[in-house]
Amino acid sequence: MEGLVTQIQGLSGTASDVLSLQNLLKQADDSLHAESTRLPPFLDQLDPSKHSLGYLYFLEACTAGPVTREQASSFVLTIARFISSCVAEQIRLAPDKFISVCKRFKDQVLLLEEPLRGVAPMLTAIRKLQLSSEHLTALHPEFLLLCLLSKCYKTALSILEEDIFEVDQPRDLFLYCYYGGMISIGQKQFRKALELLHNVVTAPMSTVNAIAVEAFKKYILVSLIHHGQFPTNLPKYASSGAQRNLKTLCQPYVELASSYSNGKIADLEMYVEANKDKFESDNNLGLVKQAVSSMYKRNIQRLTQTYLTLSLQDIANRVQLNSPKEAEMHVLQMIKDGEIYATINQKDGMVRFLEDPEQYKTCEMIERIDSSIQRLMTVSKKLNVMDELMSCDPLYLAKAGRERQRFDFDDFDNVPQRYNI
Amino acid sequence: MDLEDASNPMIEANGTGGGAVEAPLSSTTTRKNRPIISAEPLDIEAYAGLYTGRTKINRLIFIASHCDNPTMQLEALRMAYDEIKKGENTQLFREVVQKIEGRLGPNYEMDVAWCSTIERKAEQRKEKLESELNSYRTNLIKESIRMGYNDFGDFYYAHGALGDSFKSYVRTRDYCTTSKHIIQMCLNAILVSIEMCQFSNVTSYVSKAEQTPEALDPPTVAKLCCAAGLAHLEAKKYKLAARKFLEVGPELGNSYSEVIAPQDIATYGGLCALASFDRTELKNKVIDNINFRDFLELVPEVRELINDFYSSHYASCLEYLGNLKPNLMFDIHLYDHVETLYDQIRNKALIQYTLPFVSVDMRMMADAFKTSVAGLEKELEALITDNQIQARIDSHNKILYARHADQRNATFQRVLQTGNEFDQDVRAMLLRANLLKRECNITASRKV
Repeated sequence: MEGLVTQIQGLSGTASDVLSLQNLLKQADDSLHAESTRLPPFLDQLDPSKHSLGYLYFLEACTAGPVTREQASSFVLTIARFISSCVAEQIRLAPDKFISVCKRFKDQVLLLEEPLRGVAPMLTAIRKLQLSSEHLTALHPEFLLLCLLSKCYKTALSILEEDIFEVDQPRDLFLYCYYGGMISIGQKQFRKALELLHNVVTAPMSTVNAIAVEAFKKYILVSLIHHGQFPTNLPKYASSGAQRNLKTLCQPYVELASSYSNGKIADLEMYVEANKDKFESDNNLGLVKQAVSSMYKRNIQRLTQTYLTLSLQDIANRVQLNSPKEAEMHVLQMIKDGEIYATINQKDGMVRFLEDPEQYKTCEMIERIDSSIQRLMTVSKKLNVMDELMSCDPLYLAKAGRERQRFDFDDFDNVPQRYNI
Repeated sequence: MDLEDASNPMIEANGTGGGAVEAPLSSTTTRKNRPIISAEPLDIEAYAGLYTGRTKINRLIFIASHCDNPTMQLEALRMAYDEIKKGENTQLFREVVQKIEGRLGPNYEMDVAWCSTIERKAEQRKEKLESELNSYRTNLIKESIRMGYNDFGDFYYAHGALGDSFKSYVRTRDYCTTSKHIIQMCLNAILVSIEMCQFSNVTSYVSKAEQTPEALDPPTVAKLCCAAGLAHLEAKKYKLAARKFLEVGPELGNSYSEVIAPQDIATYGGLCALASFDRTELKNKVIDNINFRDFLELVPEVRELINDFYSSHYASCLEYLGNLKPNLMFDIHLYDHVETLYDQIRNKALIQYTLPFVSVDMRMMADAFKTSVAGLEKELEALITDNQIQARIDSHNKILYARHADQRNATFQRVLQTGNEFDQDVRAMLLRANLLKRECNITASRKV
């Protein structure tokens, strides 16, 4: 053990040294695991900021076995300190070990029932492990889970803002999008939630998995809240398994959506009451209630298209509310949330609907349009690059070559698989 | 014959067309004393006199089955009985006798003797026709074969076997030598198809007939227009039906009385035009149409209501429509289109009323349309939601304000939205592509 420690201290200088160190460590891994109980004192001899790789191997072996509560609190401190001070290049040489260390960190933090302690370190860990900001690591869903449990939504939003293109494991993506959807719902950013949940539901999957089913249920509800409607068919690019099975697995929600589209609030509320248990067992009852109240909003919004002024009594009648007072409350809330533009005249009991005051003439609007254009150009370029890469891919060429039209003698030759020069 | 409702010819008072806050519509005719023909019950004898042949019987039976007034019912059935006795259709005879149920006395009961005589004669004639046809067929004389099949067609038609009749007429097609023959075949086929209510056949045979231009004399052209119009009417294509009916020339006269009467052409054409044409087309094709004017003379109410609509006297227009309605419900071709046409005409009137104004006082509008303000508000709301009127209702002051969407703002909004959607879609697509590529690589590496 001591010899190993000295080697670590010695070989953590240059990059080539670190590579040879890595080979040594790999060979010594089993012996480390065998002596896991004796390792903690050695950790003090190593400096996480200089000897990150070695420290990592030791740490991983230490935490491999089951951990008690007392050990957990000390480990939590150690790991947190390690994460904040380790060197990114060194730990990227052994990503699996790093990931498993962090996952155990998360478990211990949950064991101690203090998820908040894990949020910041996990964020740092992600930043160090990521190859680029478009890379989704296995730590992303763990981080989001901690944020959810500690109700620390704002920090999560900063991660969610980044676009993801590279994915290691599809399961990570599903969990990430599902948790991300839940966080966005919590922050009432329904558009983002819809986007994330849509990604889960339409992702390529050979068989339908439980995450997709739960995501689909939330997807239906958020779609009703945000758009006021739910498209009955998944888009064509969703996997065939999803298209066939998701609807049957989420039957109560699909029926809720069709009841919503009929426009009768009384029927909708009856349906919700009847199926309350099912919604509650899925932890979706709050969302369902939001969907029901969104129906009132949508009806009031439709009135703004037809009327310039309308009495509160009339609004209450048309939207099937119980009294003008309730109508006033609803309209007031909608004005505050910026969902309609109106003024309430309490003396006459009249509401006057106004036009959207946005004139699209301000500097901010021009900046917004400009940045939108820039963003779209970048995304388009990315799409072109990917298209070009794909057209050079040998697998694609072989398949396209087999199925192409034959108009000429040369077309009957095979597509060259590789060039032997 | 009793009158269903003893209403007196009313003197109608006409208000100014369209009260408005901003721009008053100038109205040259302020008060007119014009007797409107009240809703007299249908004069069955006169009505039936317009038609001949099988359609007369059909129409009479239709009136009888749709009429509540027993006197009218019996009158119609009596005339149907008399008409059938002149012909050879025993099946219709039995039907009518059953409907009469002995209410008209001993003269109008089941005449078994007559039935058996007719049927015996029919058998004999059929055998004769068959043997003749067979001999013609062995002799292979085209013209005689054609006439043989034609006779068969006529025979079956007279006896009510419409399917066989149609088949026989169609068989003559192979033996037609001149375009006159073809025209004759087409007209026969059209007649039977109309009786059978198979209007797709009508359309195809009309087009077939129109493709032989040499032998088309004006009455035939007019007949074909009528048939085509009827087919479009049944298919609910009111604009096309109106155009066809308006093309019918005055040469038609009474020559197509086994299908349609000139009054019907005026009514169908006028109502369909009113429901589907815009103002320019209405003026050019209906009001200024000299040929159609002759038809409209036969049904002055329709002429009046079209003129009223064009000059924005909506109250009287709608009143004429209301008066015509009960009788139109007795027409076999129009009865299930009356509601739709009326709704369309009413909606058009409402839209046309609001078109020239920036703001409209709903109380005056309700007066002009003889309805309550609340009812009017509901109708307007439906039209606005349907995007047929661009306006908004000020429910507090009961004024309708025109509202023209701001194109510039709407465009900006749409642009931003499209940009967002594109962004989202492309990013999702790239993500999915990467996932698929990863799966491909995994399976490829597994194979290797």
